Amino acid sequence: MPPVAGPRVHWVSVVTIAFLVVFVAGVLVLIAADLFYTSPQAMADALGSPEVRAAIRLSLITTAATLVLVVCFSIPVGYALSRYRFPGSVVVDAIIELPIVMPPVVIGVSLLVFFRTAIGQWIESVPGLQFVYTPKGIVLCQFLVSVSYAIRASKAAFDGVDRRLEDLALTLGCTHGRAFRWVALPMARNGLAAGAVMAWARAVGIFGPLMVFAGAVRMKTEVMPTTVYLELSIGRIEPALAVSMLMLAIAMAALVLIHALGQAHRWWGT
Amino acid sequence: MIRIRDLSLRAGDFRVRDVSLDLATGEYFVLLGPNGSGKTLLLHCLCGLLRAEAGTLDVGGRDVTHAEPRLRRIGYVPQDYGLFPHMDVARNVTFALRAAGRSHADALRELGPLLDTLRLARLLDHSPLTLSGGERQKVALARALALRPELLLLDEPVSALDGPTRAEVLEQLRTVQHQFGVTTMHVCHSIDEAGAVADRAGVMIDGRLVQTGKLAELMERPASADVARLLQVKRNAKC
Repeated sequence: MPPVAGPRVHWVSVVTIAFLVVFVAGVLVLIAADLFYTSPQAMADALGSPEVRAAIRLSLITTAATLVLVVCFSIPVGYALSRYRFPGSVVVDAIIELPIVMPPVVIGVSLLVFFRTAIGQWIESVPGLQFVYTPKGIVLCQFLVSVSYAIRASKAAFDGVDRRLEDLALTLGCTHGRAFRWVALPMARNGLAAGAVMAWARAVGIFGPLMVFAGAVRMKTEVMPTTVYLELSIGRIEPALAVSMLMLAIAMAALVLIHALGQAHRWWGT
Repeated sequence: MIRIRDLSLRAGDFRVRDVSLDLATGEYFVLLGPNGSGKTLLLHCLCGLLRAEAGTLDVGGRDVTHAEPRLRRIGYVPQDYGLFPHMDVARNVTFALRAAGRSHADALRELGPLLDTLRLARLLDHSPLTLSGGERQKVALARALALRPELLLLDEPVSALDGPTRAEVLEQLRTVQHQFGVTTMHVCHSIDEAGAVADRAGVMIDGRLVQTGKLAELMERPASADVARLLQVKRNAKC
């Protein structure tokens, strides 16, 4: 759109851009403060300690498992929400988005309570299905906190796919399943991938529910956010800062990837 | 042979009622009617995208009234062509054959004569998004014809095209239809368009097929004042 005639600088542009600059500068100052507090050597030493390495490894393993679960759930759920209308769909929508707005620690409390009920006790009694204070519990917490983001992205991605193209695929010899796999899924791929990345980044950073449901046992249920807490609680700021910077880098990479996926249609023509 | 008997369907408050029509094998039938008369709904019902409330549809002697769309052997080209934007032209045209289990390479080989007739070979590696309206139309036609359907449904196939392209595409439609001998139902608003391709035509008003016959017969002996008004208005408008 061509620019409007008249002065480029006016009070609306000055005020809004000033707020923008203040906010961005504030975030950058915080990051710079972290970076300049410590030295690269101190950070490398901190990241090399066995506890921190174990926490990073457990974070990667649990979030990878969470990512698989999130993808498996968010695609069919997002598709169902996008394509089908049913009584109570507004309530279902609200329930699905609840974990986005509720305090994450409540999820940990709810899980703890659930696993004290008869059903929860029965699940815990099944060999290999222990969740409370175990890495599986970490995955469960990460999943419950992050899956809503992926479902919301999945629904939006399928909303963006013209349903008539799936119908047309049916007239071209496809079953409903094949129309989904050949038309809806590939056309929604960027939105689905962005949702998965967002959910994964969210899973990497959760802390509150883990403290309640999985505990903060060193080298056992310790993931990166737990490390930051544990190290700070004993006054060791260098390792806490090193892990914080690592999580910050992960978050930045995730955001870059999400934006790249949002622009991908320009390269792939979808 | 296509045999439609007392076909009725409902979409919201609108109803298409008691449509009966026989189409001879290889016939080119044009369905005329004003906007909102139910032409597109009828096409959707014929290809299985809308459920019929009553009546029957026989395609080549098979009752397909309640068959899934993929089992009807009816090809459909929607008004906006409905090309898959995430696939190149080659994968669009081989779509139906791949769905039937052929490999992409085999499907392309099998479709060679059709692609030559429609002059699509040079466009195979293009994205549908880069094609002109006429080229998109031809790709959609090739895709719908790939499985050699017994009935081809065309929903306003040239309405989005400019004058010269429209004439060229209409001629090509007729050529391909003759060459492949596929029974065709073509929906449009324009008498001139119908005159360029139709063996026979019908008029649909308010969800009812009110008259069928040779186009000249419809013009000379309209069955009702509504038909006369529609044909006269359309003729004057030179759509």
